[in-house]
Amino acid sequence: MIFQKLAAPKYFYPFAGKLLPWVAGLCIITLLTGLYLGLFVAPPDYQQGETVRIMFVHVPAAWMSMFVYAMMAGACAIGMVWKIRLTDTFVTACAPIGASFTLIALLTGSLWGKPMWGTWWEWDARLTSELILLFLYLGFMALQSAIDDPRRAARAGAILVLVGVINLPVIHYSVEWWNTLHQPASVARIDGPTIHSSILTPLLVMATAFKLLFVSIVLLKMRSAILENEADSRWLQEQGV
Amino acid sequence: MNWASFFNMGGYAFYVWGSYAIATVVLVLNVWLPLRRYRKLKQTLKQRYETSS
Repeated sequence: MIFQKLAAPKYFYPFAGKLLPWVAGLCIITLLTGLYLGLFVAPPDYQQGETVRIMFVHVPAAWMSMFVYAMMAGACAIGMVWKIRLTDTFVTACAPIGASFTLIALLTGSLWGKPMWGTWWEWDARLTSELILLFLYLGFMALQSAIDDPRRAARAGAILVLVGVINLPVIHYSVEWWNTLHQPASVARIDGPTIHSSILTPLLVMATAFKLLFVSIVLLKMRSAILENEADSRWLQEQGV
Repeated sequence: MNWASFFNMGGYAFYVWGSYAIATVVLVLNVWLPLRRYRKLKQTLKQRYETSS
């Protein structure tokens, strides 16, 4: 099967190398388009004025913070069941990017909250659960660097990630379950988005750009990890780096 | 379009541009550091394979 073949570093390394420039190129195009639409085309909000432009960074970053975690959890589950080593490489590559998106979501949220809510921070359900997500990422990274044996590190990390999955629905539904300052979802709704296309389009384009950026960075990091792990392998010496 | 009013962001320049600046710095680091590591690794291995063969 093609997936089993691709899971071998020997095949994944050149595959990732071929894919990377296309994904990165597409990422730059969508990023520039998203920034243009968000900063120049989208109108200011009638209530929030120009601060609404913070949304084009804040919301995609917040989506990515959860998306990356879900990807990590999926890979951890697959890795535990089928013992594919490449999933460990993937999960390790994901964690710093996931933490970065979470940090961006928290900081831009704070910069948006100050002028609109009148406070940098509030210990409410949405903000607190997102902060817990940051600690889950950092905890995973700390655990990985604390355990020397890579197999044990991967397994301990996987358990942490899988236990932490419980936080994802908490983040998503926090705005419905508790009374919070944070506004409820206006895009990921069962009855469809409730925001105008002039705002929705740049939001979705930026979200796509962030996703492509995530894929690019992960492919690059996985190539590095393979170079490190397989430095003595015959295939790498024959194939060339 | 008026550039001064664009940069002023209706008086919210600090919050809007602050958000974009934070995102830019964090994401650029996420690209730059792995890229540097990859290039270093590649160079080291190339030299190693050349000397051993």
